[in-house]
Amino acid sequence: MIKVILITGRSLDQGISKEYGKFSKTYMEKVAVCELDAEDIKTLGINPGQNVKVKTKYGEVVVKAVESTQAPHKGIAFIPYGPWASSVMPSTTESTGMPSLKGIEATIEPALGEEILDPKKLIKTIVGREP
Amino acid sequence: MKTISNVVCPFCGSLCDDIEVDVENGQVTKVRRGCAISIAKFTKYGEERIYKPRIDGKEASLEEAIDKAVEILANAKYPILYGWSCTSTEAINVGIEIAELIGGVMDNTASVCHGPTIIGEQDAGISTCTLGQVKHRADLIIYWGCNPAHAHPRHMARYSAASKGKFVKGRNERKVIVVDVRKTRTAKAADIFIQVEPNSDYELLTALRWAVKNGELEQPKIAGIPAEKIEEIADMLISCRFGALFFGLGLTMSAGKARNIEAAVSLVRELNNYTKFVMMPMRGHFNVTGANEVMAWITGYPFAVDFSRGYPFYNPGDTTVVDILTRGDCDAALIVASDPVSGFPTEAVRNLAKIPVITIDPHETPTTMISKVVIPTALVGIEAEGSAYRMDAVPLRLKKLVDPPPNILSDEEVLKMILKKLKERVG
Repeated sequence: MIKVILITGRSLDQGISKEYGKFSKTYMEKVAVCELDAEDIKTLGINPGQNVKVKTKYGEVVVKAVESTQAPHKGIAFIPYGPWASSVMPSTTESTGMPSLKGIEATIEPALGEEILDPKKLIKTIVGREP
Repeated sequence: MKTISNVVCPFCGSLCDDIEVDVENGQVTKVRRGCAISIAKFTKYGEERIYKPRIDGKEASLEEAIDKAVEILANAKYPILYGWSCTSTEAINVGIEIAELIGGVMDNTASVCHGPTIIGEQDAGISTCTLGQVKHRADLIIYWGCNPAHAHPRHMARYSAASKGKFVKGRNERKVIVVDVRKTRTAKAADIFIQVEPNSDYELLTALRWAVKNGELEQPKIAGIPAEKIEEIADMLISCRFGALFFGLGLTMSAGKARNIEAAVSLVRELNNYTKFVMMPMRGHFNVTGANEVMAWITGYPFAVDFSRGYPFYNPGDTTVVDILTRGDCDAALIVASDPVSGFPTEAVRNLAKIPVITIDPHETPTTMISKVVIPTALVGIEAEGSAYRMDAVPLRLKKLVDPPPNILSDEEVLKMILKKLKERVG
């Protein structure tokens, strides 16, 4: 398990893959990911492409660890905008309307064998009913 | 086959207007000059489309869906009307009229994007310009907390770092500085990269302003950056002839939020004592600037406008949709061209799923999944025309390139039908 600062944001792959559809395999492959610095991946003892669980005070989500192309950024994890990132984000806005979608304390641990939920299953766990 | 030129791309706030597309048998078959996202936008728009309106997951006629939407909105005490950044300014205009009529809250996606920028600008003002001025004159560009190489792929080549201007001829006549928490692709193309510590932009902006004004810094290191480096950057900023600071959500979403923007405005204001300096937010969705513009002309406020008192009221943190949803205050929602279920924090999504939601969107999304009424529409800039505002608030006309699927109307037409019936019912 490692402690990181979590940020969310646009990635080129996220921008392209959302045009394939929010329920497409391409979108899930490109967005249900956590970009990590190579050193952090080593510390976790995993290989890129393996699943990790990202936990914050606000929730937890399983995504695929990938080695960041925007490195170095040891201690910083990046998840592209999308339902997976949103599920671990705070809703408080500090009187701005804007939730803190960057700069959140989080932990990351290997989640080998744990499933990455597709958007339908993920939304179901959040809203607590069949959508 | 016909070729259509000078097409405006309906993806990001750069609104590149030099795209050329080939259309054959009612389909876009080739895209020239577009970035990778633009090509996906123009060629994949048929994926996961909705072809028929739905009520409670069952197919319905357009008239039935409109009647249901009108019933929900007319009966709501405190509805929210949200989205608007991926549609035309004409549709936004109709949305505001609906919000006023039913006493709802009209908010757009700037609320979870550059809303803090707007708050910061309202508090401290802004020195800005058009992208044309940056292209022709700027000899120093800063990208702070933004990654145009990923989010606005042609921005650097068309408008900023690498653009070929009249007075500044290209990349080799410009200095480029990137400030970010990661060494992004944009950072790798910069002359100087400053890797700021997360949540420390405010400190760095303030230290830079001090260094511009007073020269030496007292602390050895600020926000993870050695004082000498900050002083060196301050000298570079003072010595340029025309500087432009482009900034992104690295400033608006991290600690400080609107206060970060105020610090940036103050830095730019200080720099104008020595040289010419401007700043501009890197706006994301293609018409999010338009949503702010139209709402500001009509109501006086650019986002989070609450009509429940009978007049426009604006109080970010109170009348912003994430706060309203988190408190569970609203009893209905009209979502237009947006997917808040994917983008909002879970508490907000959970409460959105408890109320009747009407979604107007061309595509299936997690938001249409939880919606009581779904009305499919045409894609603005591909299947319907309309106007949109570029990130520098220059309006451009989006073209209709192909026909929408049968019986699919534009957002504007659907919203006008809802407005007409609402007026008959409550107006």
